[in-house]
Amino acid sequence: MKQPGRILLGLYCLLVAVWLVAPTIVVVPMSFNEKKSLAFPPSGFSWQWYQNFFTSPEWSASLIGSLKVAVVTAVFATVIGTLAAFGLDRMKSRVSGVLRALLITPMVVPGVVLAVGIYAVYLDTRLVGTMTGFVLAHTMLAVPFVIIAVSASLEVFDKRLETAAASLGATRLTAFRTVTLPLIAPGILSGLLFAFVTSFDEIIVALFITSPYLKTLPVQIFSSITRDADPTVAAVGTLLFITTSLVIGAGLLIGSRQGKR
Amino acid sequence: MASSSTRGAAIDLRSVSKHYGSFIALDKVSLHIEPGEFMTLLGPSGSGKTTTLNVIAGFTEVSSGSLDVGGKSVIGVPAHKRNIGVVFQHYALFPHMTVSRNVAYPLTLRGIANPDRAARMRKALDMVKMADFGHRFPSELSGGQQQRVALARAIVFDPPLLLMDEPLGALDKKLREWLQLEIKRIHRELGTTFVYVTHDQEEALVLSDRIAVFNQGRIEQIGTGRQLYDEPETLFVGKFVGDSTILRGAASTSGNETALEIEGRKVAAAKRLPNGAKPVMLLRPEKLSLARRGKGGQDRNTLPGRIGEAIYLGSGSKYEVVLADTSKAIVRSTLDAETFAIGDEVDLVFAGSDVKLLADDENADFTLT
Amino acid sequence: MATRAIDSRDTVPAVAADDRRRWFRGQAFWLVAPALLLLVICLGLPLAIVTLRSFSEPQWGWQNYAWFFGTPVNLTVLQRTFAISAWVTLVCLIAGYPYAYVMTAVGPKIRLILILCVLVPFWVSGVVRTLAWVILLQDSGVINSVIRAVGLSPVKLIRTQTGVVIGMAQVLLPFMILPLYSVMKTIDLRLMQAARSLGASPARAFAQVYLPLSLPGVYAGAIIVFILALGFYITPALLGGPRSTMLSTLIQNQVLSLLNWGRGGAMGVVLLIATFVLLALAAPLSRQPYKTGSRR
Repeated sequence: MKQPGRILLGLYCLLVAVWLVAPTIVVVPMSFNEKKSLAFPPSGFSWQWYQNFFTSPEWSASLIGSLKVAVVTAVFATVIGTLAAFGLDRMKSRVSGVLRALLITPMVVPGVVLAVGIYAVYLDTRLVGTMTGFVLAHTMLAVPFVIIAVSASLEVFDKRLETAAASLGATRLTAFRTVTLPLIAPGILSGLLFAFVTSFDEIIVALFITSPYLKTLPVQIFSSITRDADPTVAAVGTLLFITTSLVIGAGLLIGSRQGKR
Repeated sequence: MASSSTRGAAIDLRSVSKHYGSFIALDKVSLHIEPGEFMTLLGPSGSGKTTTLNVIAGFTEVSSGSLDVGGKSVIGVPAHKRNIGVVFQHYALFPHMTVSRNVAYPLTLRGIANPDRAARMRKALDMVKMADFGHRFPSELSGGQQQRVALARAIVFDPPLLLMDEPLGALDKKLREWLQLEIKRIHRELGTTFVYVTHDQEEALVLSDRIAVFNQGRIEQIGTGRQLYDEPETLFVGKFVGDSTILRGAASTSGNETALEIEGRKVAAAKRLPNGAKPVMLLRPEKLSLARRGKGGQDRNTLPGRIGEAIYLGSGSKYEVVLADTSKAIVRSTLDAETFAIGDEVDLVFAGSDVKLLADDENADFTLT
Repeated sequence: MATRAIDSRDTVPAVAADDRRRWFRGQAFWLVAPALLLLVICLGLPLAIVTLRSFSEPQWGWQNYAWFFGTPVNLTVLQRTFAISAWVTLVCLIAGYPYAYVMTAVGPKIRLILILCVLVPFWVSGVVRTLAWVILLQDSGVINSVIRAVGLSPVKLIRTQTGVVIGMAQVLLPFMILPLYSVMKTIDLRLMQAARSLGASPARAFAQVYLPLSLPGVYAGAIIVFILALGFYITPALLGGPRSTMLSTLIQNQVLSLLNWGRGGAMGVVLLIATFVLLALAAPLSRQPYKTGSRR
């Protein structure tokens, strides 16, 4: 490619990158706004919205609620999804193809339709606003991500290594524990992470099945946005952004250290 | 033949068959391997040699037949209880373990604790000359180094039997030739029984005490390299082991002599096939000689031909001669012999006593891909 | 020698593993069973109830569907839902295709940065991201501040269809870029050189070699973006106005505000059927028909 074309292409990508990243960054200055407004540019500087987030019972309750639901969901989804990924891996390809497509449908079903249906079921079974209700729905939504992540690492896992382990004297269980599991652990871990994020971020089903007793963070954010222009939301966004950045940064660091292998 | 040491295990396959649905991978294979012997299973792809190895290793259960290792039946014994070392073509080193941990793995599984474990690990790595690489990960090693580590891992627990499945197949020629010698040395030092699978007949000749030639799920012949080359029992063995020229024609027998008529020329050998099978003649390249057209001796068999390809080999020359019936003969000549150019009209000359008379067999063809 | 690499298939103990796999096969189903059970309870049952109610409330029959297709407003919203989804898909494709290509062409360091930029939107909750778009698009927002600073007259973005498309496309862009990238990185760039050496102009080489090979990624990305866009709820609800309502908002409104499960259900079924029909029609397109040698 000629030079000018290259530069043009580079600029274009830069623009797309800005478009991708800007909305995430823009909440940061808003969170230090002195006035209770989301108008841009913010005026003054204050920590009050962070203070509000940590002291207001409404916000902290929703954070704790979200964390609880997300942790339990992540554990359940990882166990169920990992088992399923192993099952699919050991099946005939035609059967596993159909089952895999079926198990991944939660990703494409329109959120509101699903939410309406779940709401209907939960009304009848009194699961609205319960931990069980949230975990059930979120686990179902998170399992596909775990299956995809674990399947991907099973696909690159060389099954002949299990045969090699057997020839060296390992029982099937030992071979699994010492060879298979360590090699697909990154897949399981990323599945766990995906499941956590899926639940922590889920809003549509949560909006339908929420109750004053159990509210998740996204629901709280949503109602805050629709109610008034409260910069606490920006503070939450900033905190989330920083936390995730730290987690991913640490992950990249560990990854690059292990990448030498 | 067998090594003087008695540390190796004998292997006895009797009438072993393996079916996958209607596909017969092994058809009543019988094979006896002496303790300490280096036995190579040689054959083209899909001939059953690897299936035989997998049966011995315990990766594949037999459909019928019996299998003894070290005098005891191992039918139904799972692979991890057979105590047999296996070296794979794809190395199969555990990527998440260092070289040391890979080699120590079978020892750990056997509950061998550390002073002893470290010593045995070092000894095995020394034997394959990889002692300095213990802390490396497999991905940091070259193919040849990985295969040596895999070899160390397979011998570290002193198995009485070592199976190798095309271990050098993924390596380039020079490295292969060097590792062949290394494997020979290790075999000598260990005194273990080695069973080696390859499709490379030269490799088989270099390494083995005896070779079993496989074709279509059966063993065609078992013997030393010399026996296979000099006295092939079937056309397939003759063609697969070493270069060969096959002559086909209208056969006639008189007394103890068999003659073939090829495009009006008769060639004869003082031999006879025992049964009524259709005979073909097989000749090794060094048993054939070339002469300018009409200059061949009258006392020997001669066939007219034209030089189709002339290859200079350094130690001599190799010619491909196109005969009158369009079949091809391969001739090897020494440096001091007369040289020919492509297109030269020649006579192919050979003695009747050098002819191997074999039964024709349409299953003798194999494809190299 | 002639007897060099014979087909390596028979040297791999894949046949051997076959014996072990058979042992697993009976158990394989039980490993998948918990996931299937969950799917039946939390997906099958709810969708069945939605479908059932669309026919049974307030009484049995096609009434709700007749209402849906007989009310012009609904048809307008349905049409708009498809139109917005199509626009979003187009915007994602235009923005994502060159971006994904550049990802394959640059060195590993820049590639990491580009990948991080794609993933950043996932770092922050979707609701917060939508809030950010409210901040950016509002009349006194960042974009209009910039426009005013340049001396142009401000544009109405919030509560317009344009605003909704801009916001949705940003949220969905990663779903376009990732499949594109995963297909593009398997395309051997030497094929372009080969085409050039055979006499093709750069444009021809692109159109006749690169583009066809990248199409599976285009289809895969476009399907997933379009389908996800069809069911979008939060972004249009917060960024859109009454004139950019999408089907999801209408469904939510019927069920939660009007408590009309029958009509809401019928709308849901229409949306569901549209989604799966599209998926079934388009899925075969996204399979990679030719395997090209991986560059690594």
